[in-house]
Amino acid sequence: MNRYAERIYNGIIRQNPTFVLMLGMCPTLAVTTSAANGFFMGITTGAVLVISNILISALRHIIPGSIRIPAYIIVIAAAVSVIQILLMAYMPEVYSALGLYIPLIVVNCIILGRAEAYASSHGVVLSAFDGLGMGTGFTMALTLIGICREAFGKGTIFGWNFNEYFLKGRYTPAAIFTMAPGAFFVLAFMCAVQNKRKKGSKKNCGACGKNCKNCVMER
Amino acid sequence: MKLIAVFMTAAFANNVILSRFLGLCPFLGVSKKMSTAAGMGVAVFFVITISTAITYPVEKLLTYFNIGFLRTIIFIMIIAGLVQIIELFIKKKSEGLYRSLGVYLPLITTNCAVLGTAINAAEADCGFIKSLVYAAGVSAGFLIAILIMAGLREKIEYNEDIPEAFKGMPVTLVTAGLMAIAFFGFAQI
Repeated sequence: MNRYAERIYNGIIRQNPTFVLMLGMCPTLAVTTSAANGFFMGITTGAVLVISNILISALRHIIPGSIRIPAYIIVIAAAVSVIQILLMAYMPEVYSALGLYIPLIVVNCIILGRAEAYASSHGVVLSAFDGLGMGTGFTMALTLIGICREAFGKGTIFGWNFNEYFLKGRYTPAAIFTMAPGAFFVLAFMCAVQNKRKKGSKKNCGACGKNCKNCVMER
Repeated sequence: MKLIAVFMTAAFANNVILSRFLGLCPFLGVSKKMSTAAGMGVAVFFVITISTAITYPVEKLLTYFNIGFLRTIIFIMIIAGLVQIIELFIKKKSEGLYRSLGVYLPLITTNCAVLGTAINAAEADCGFIKSLVYAAGVSAGFLIAILIMAGLREKIEYNEDIPEAFKGMPVTLVTAGLMAIAFFGFAQI
């Protein structure tokens, strides 16, 4: 696997921003009331991530170390504003569905996290692929959560009514899944599955000598 | 009377964490102990209220000069500066509080509840006093939620009946979900 493909793989599986790194929880829970909303939020965040990673990587020798965080935040805010205006002009229905959470991408920890952890010390092309991988991973996670909530809460997936089609309407949708508590429950269940898998796969990774069972660190 | 309604709605019915999912990172990250949770809640209370008091007039200026598209950039700069000033102020006035808050103080900048409230208040555009009361209500909701969560987590920690896989983050999320259901009750009032 070459290093560009490795970046994509890293973002989707090895360091998935939602399921492994647990970053950017606010949009993850807030906009995933339906699969389509989750998908578009992921795409939007991914686009901001690619733009900000490219800019920060290109500027990494110019920005002085001591004021890098404010500088990053301004670059990210500029990227978000551009995306926000584009969405407003070309996809107004997506813009009104996501609403407040578009400007709030500025304070999404994934973006600042990638700027600090990757883009500030790597080349432009690699950083762009890193942003692409992380964005794809985030989009997949959000779409997955959105599908779960929409399926249980409304009996539809991407607006397609599988309940009517397959089950002849025998499943009664539990509306709580599309409301606030459902988001917490779905994410809790997914975390538990993740925990289970992690514990089953390795007892001791040797990083700290302690048992991996209670480990909170991720590599 | 109307102001009380605004405050109550912002604090309970539309609780910032449990129904709008803003400020989730500190809610999950800093709610392990009651004392740090209280410190975080109070610090966020000040930052949200003061930042809304500043950003509301600034939004008026932006609309006056017709540069509303700069809102996100300007607001986040104001909030970052404000957090820095509050940090200096607390350090000067009370060394003890400064040390107990520690690293959480600068992290308030990236708390989306702060930016979210500022943008919400600017978009609603319903007068300075009302916006201020709204901001105070939002931050009171944050304080209440994080305190309840910290209290519950202190109890949960010693519970041996939780299934292996659910220990840690999952059970915290389930607790938050149950709290969200409880807060739904306020929406009916």
